[in-house]
Formats: sequence, C-alpha cells, structure tokens
Amino acid sequence: MRTLKASDISAKVSAMIREASVRLPDDVKAAFATAEAAEDKASAKEIFRQLRENSALSEKSGLPLCQDCGLAIFFVEVGEDLKVEGSGLRQAIEQGMIDGYRDGYLRKSSCDPFTRKNTGDNSPSIIHFDLVPGDGLTIAFMAKGGGSENMSRVTMLAPAQGWKGIRNFVVERVAEAGPNPCPPVMIGVGIGGTFEYAPILAKKALLRHLDDVNPDPDLAAKEAELLEALNKLGIGPMGLGGKTTCLGVKIATAPCHIASLPLAVNVQCHSIRHMEVEL
Amino acid sequence: MAEHRLTTPLTDADIEKLVSGDVVYITGTIYTGRDAAHKRLVDSLDKGEKLPFELQGALIYYVGPSPAPPGKPIGSAGPTTSYRMDTYAPRLHSLGLKGSIGKGKRNDAVKAAMKEFKAAYFGATGGAGALLSQCITAATVIAYDDLGPEAIRELTVENFPLLVINDCHGGELYAVPDRKAAGLE
Repeated sequence: MRTLKASDISAKVSAMIREASVRLPDDVKAAFATAEAAEDKASAKEIFRQLRENSALSEKSGLPLCQDCGLAIFFVEVGEDLKVEGSGLRQAIEQGMIDGYRDGYLRKSSCDPFTRKNTGDNSPSIIHFDLVPGDGLTIAFMAKGGGSENMSRVTMLAPAQGWKGIRNFVVERVAEAGPNPCPPVMIGVGIGGTFEYAPILAKKALLRHLDDVNPDPDLAAKEAELLEALNKLGIGPMGLGGKTTCLGVKIATAPCHIASLPLAVNVQCHSIRHMEVEL
Repeated sequence: MAEHRLTTPLTDADIEKLVSGDVVYITGTIYTGRDAAHKRLVDSLDKGEKLPFELQGALIYYVGPSPAPPGKPIGSAGPTTSYRMDTYAPRLHSLGLKGSIGKGKRNDAVKAAMKEFKAAYFGATGGAGALLSQCITAATVIAYDDLGPEAIRELTVENFPLLVINDCHGGELYAVPDRKAAGLE
C-alpha cells in the first residue's frame, strides 16, 4: 500500500493544467511545420504561420493558447493499492483543476445548462476513473474546447453497415463541420461498446500523439485511410481551403452487442492540449 | 484580394467596397458579445429598452476572452464559432450592426440580412487568441458583468487582422468540401 497526499496531487494537477494550456505538445508543433511546408495556398500557409507565432507567444507570455481553455477532462488510472490522505482522490484532482484555472488566468467555461450561469471556477471536471493493479497513479488531462466538441456526434449503426458505414459517417461529419471546429482537426473515433461507451473511447483516443502508430495493423490502416480521405475534402486550415483538413485520426474499439455498431466521432480543434503525469 | 484599413464606426460605404477574401485591419472600438449576451440584447429590444452600446455602425466580436493577467488589458481573445449567434444576428443587422467577427459558417438568414442591410462577416483566426490579444489595447466591461467571460466588453483595437468571409454582395470565402474526392457517394 502506497500513500499519496491529496495536496501533492492537487499541486501536480494544477501545474499540469497551466503548462498544457500554454505549451503545445511537440508532436503537434511538428505536425504544423510539416503541414505548412506541404501547403501551396498562401492563405493556408498564413494560418500555420499565425498558429506558430501564437504558440511561441503563448509559451513566452503565459497567455493561454486559446481563450477557450476548455472543460477539464481527466482520464485517471488508479492503482488498487493506492491510498490518498487528506481528501478523496476526486476532490484532490478537482482542487488542482480549480487552482490551475484560477492561477493560470484560464477562462472558466462551465455553466448551468438551463440558466447558463457560469459555475465560476470551471468545476465540475469530467473525470473518468479506471482501477488498475498496483499502487500507481496516472492522470491525463485534456482541455476540451466547446467549438470542436459541438461538431462531435454519436450514432448507432446497423452491423450490416460495417466499415463502409463507419467511414462515410466520419467523413461526412468532418465535411459538414467545415470551418466550424477550427481545422485542421484531429479525430477520435470510438467504435463498439455501447451508446455511452463509444464516445468515451473516442475521447480517450484523442490522448494519443499524432505521430504514434496504432499497434493493431488493421486499425493503423483504417486510421491512415480516414486521414487520407479527410484531407481530400480540401476544407483546409480554418476552412479557407488547402491540403490540411485533418492532422490525425485515432481509432479505439471495444466489443459490442450482436445487434449494434455504436460509433462516436469526437472532433478536436488544432489547439490539441493534453498532458499526463505519473505520481 | 485587396487590403483595407478601416476605423470604427463603419459606414455603408466601408462595407460596400469589401469583397470576400479581402484582408481588413480594424482600428477603433469594437464590442464583445457571444451566446448569453446576445440573448440579453434581444430580450432588451423586445422590452423596448436601450442597448448598452450604439448599434449603428458597430462591429461585434464573438469572443469570451480569458481573464486579464496583471499588467495586461485582456487575456487571450480569439473568435468563437459564429453559427450560435445566427438566431440573433439578422435583427441586429436590421438595426444598424455593420459587421460581426467570428469563425465558421453563417446561415442563409444572416447572409440575406447582410445583403439587405449592408453588413459583412469577418473571420479572425481561431485558436490564435494569444496573438490576437496583442492588437487589443484596452478592455472595459460595459454590460452584463455577471456573465463573466460572456459579459459585453468595449475593446479598443489597433490594426486588428481580419478576413472578409461574407461580403454584402453575396460572396463567400469558405472552401466547399469536395465530398466526391473524399470517396463519399
């Protein structure tokens, strides 16, 4: 049995949020540079130039990359032999989130669905816990903006629709979203599970890095096929046209009911902000 | 594609010379407003109340900025997605609003209103909020303080960089997705 202090967890979470909000992951920066070089269109190149400048300014000044600092999403792996003292694990993470958004001058975007009254401190976070063997603790954070989340969809396909049905739904979703979600986008695809589980798979897939390759060769091929199709749409950076509509497609699957083929498409804007800490 | 330097308030003549794809640098005063603020503006109009700013010639920026750190007038301040304001925009254009700044598509009603009332829709680069904030020299909350990031702010901007997405002549800049090339039937 290992013991962690709640206050130490909060401090780590707060620091992680502040850093993730001003520093794009290296794979995202590299993808911008590759895409900028590949574009022929002046307006597409200009968008990438602005995004590079924005990213450098954000790192230097501490201003967040985007004013939409997102709802705070966490995927947490908790060892069954880990004990937290001082408060519960959920409260420790939530306190770190509140501290990070306050001290980092990050925007608080959480509100009541009916009155639209802002909760004031970006709470509540959306936290997905997974119990794992051992005494470790891994906390992955994602700042998820509303504009791209609004373009995401879940559907229940018939099993007969198969891969073709999945492919068409994903491509049509990105085509219909057009300039709205701040392309170039990243796409998380959740296939299988149930009505509520497919979107969780899709969201978790967005935690993968752009340059990683799916260890399952069949899924890797499907990710590549979707990426190629999406970039043929020609929507381009900010919808102004160009070769780069999508930076990466990541698929996660789970077994599903014999009657079902659940499918979730989680759209992520180009400001791909996520980070992970191990405690 | 032409480049224009415009100063607020905007006139019909300012708008008529703009063509989708043109680059515009705005200097002067613009007003922030997004979902909740738009609902209140339109509720005020329904009740016959005076609006918190003069609509005639005005430019509304769809933005909810992040909090201003010490020593800065504002935090990051890039555009939010515009279609959510489509419900309200035609009425505001009919009362003299000359333009809106955001990102993403507008519906046919907004495009028709921009044609009828001589207005334009401008795009700012989404996800470049830190960069765009550098063109904002002052920010004051003038209404709906309780809405926090959604409060209406009066912004003083200098050479704020925009692209004309929809002009008042029916032109539109956004690329049409090539579904056939992407293998959709």
